[in-house]
Amino acid sequence: MAELTWKSTGDRRRSTRAWRVRGSAVTVAVIVLAVLLVPPLVQLDEQAVDLAAKLRQPSLAHPFGTDDVGRDLLLRCVYGLRVSLLVGVVAAVVATVIGTAVGAAAAASGGWFDRVVMRVVDLFSSVPHLLLGIFIVAMFSPGVWPVVVSVGLTHWLSTARIVRSEVLSLRSRPYVDAAISGGASRLRVAVRHLLPGVLPQAGLAAVLMVPHAIWHESALSFLGLGLPTHQASLGTLVQSSRGPLLAGDWWPTLFPGLCMVIATLAIAGLAGAWRERLNPRRRSELML
Amino acid sequence: MLELDAVTAGYDQRAPVLRDITLSVAPGESVGLLGPSGCGKSTLARVAALLHRPDGGRVVIDGERAGGWRHRAPRAQRTAFGVVFQQPRLSADPRLRLADLVAEPLRANGRSGEVTDTVRELTERVGLGPELLGRRPHEVSDGQLQRACLARALVLRPRWLVCDEMTAMLDASTTAALVAVVEEYRRESGAGLLAVGHDRVLLERWCDRTVHWSELAA
Repeated sequence: MAELTWKSTGDRRRSTRAWRVRGSAVTVAVIVLAVLLVPPLVQLDEQAVDLAAKLRQPSLAHPFGTDDVGRDLLLRCVYGLRVSLLVGVVAAVVATVIGTAVGAAAAASGGWFDRVVMRVVDLFSSVPHLLLGIFIVAMFSPGVWPVVVSVGLTHWLSTARIVRSEVLSLRSRPYVDAAISGGASRLRVAVRHLLPGVLPQAGLAAVLMVPHAIWHESALSFLGLGLPTHQASLGTLVQSSRGPLLAGDWWPTLFPGLCMVIATLAIAGLAGAWRERLNPRRRSELML
Repeated sequence: MLELDAVTAGYDQRAPVLRDITLSVAPGESVGLLGPSGCGKSTLARVAALLHRPDGGRVVIDGERAGGWRHRAPRAQRTAFGVVFQQPRLSADPRLRLADLVAEPLRANGRSGEVTDTVRELTERVGLGPELLGRRPHEVSDGQLQRACLARALVLRPRWLVCDEMTAMLDASTTAALVAVVEEYRRESGAGLLAVGHDRVLLERWCDRTVHWSELAA
């Protein structure tokens, strides 16, 4: 009798998944090291204008080419990623903290407070959040912090919903009943049993929010509302490359755009793996 | 005396699960409550242990009327009950090691000093070896986890025990062991017991008196 070898088709899928996770991790590591180490180590001025070398094609001297005033685009991209990541991470943390606090408070109190808070969340969700974000940045002069505030204040809604539903489901578990019967106070139940239960979900929401926040920063900067144009960020780089692109110079648009896409895919890939560990049964739609 | 007087309770005011149920348990008495699935006996057990607010009726514990339910119940009244639920998986916080699970009520009452001795004594009594105490719930079997849950219910030395289908998920030998632990505790402490289930043979052997749901819902 022929030897039966059992081979699951899941093996190959699992190994591509493992490679995707490794690839994402390496990419994120490279990006983080680059934005942290390059500026202090190379000591080059990203703003250095060289009009004699404007709009050069990618070459060994300028791997990403130069822009319309002769600034090196590789250096500009690194600085741009630095600003975009900073905005993305801080805005995601702000949004997650607000969302977790609101969602947990609504679920823990219940009753009319819960209903009022969630209707307010619905109200804000009904307005396109880019519009709301534009409204908020328009109140300040251009800079990093207005963008952070704008993205943070418009992105806590989904986290609030996720955390609220998670707390509601945890709150009805018998182990919470057992804790109450054991004399635990409201605070103790919240800190010891409910919060640790929602933190992984909230953390995941925060990581998934980072690429989203980066795109929002880019969108706002592209519209001329975000960062001042001289400050390199992925959004301002793409925005200022519109003129050269129309003249057929593709590299000032392509490389910042690629940076954005690669950073997004890498972060989302890691977040997807994390989500799968939290909840293996739900194949995520955001795996990317 | 634990008295449930004309209790009406449920999850929707318009359609209560149970209506006008009256039941009392004398001090030191063990009462078995039998009933088919879904009749509301678990809800009644939760009302008795002050974990579910009834829509009507009253609960009197040792002559004192229950003032509130869940967190609104005074801590002394809440902790007068030791509760064991049907599914150990759901009634154990998945993040706590078994030793912390058993010690949690002591810590919640500011009695951290007694943790080491009490946990050792109680886990020995329910038959959990020291090598299991460092494990988390997903690393032990249902029976082992239910033993830890029973230890947790006894750790504050309650005057009343409420066992809601405590043995439904367990095999015969674990069932016998846990019932023996409950009975030993009741002998030395004089605690009363309300055991809910649908295993007539078990409850009739275990309890001084069994009541069928149909007699209550007259």
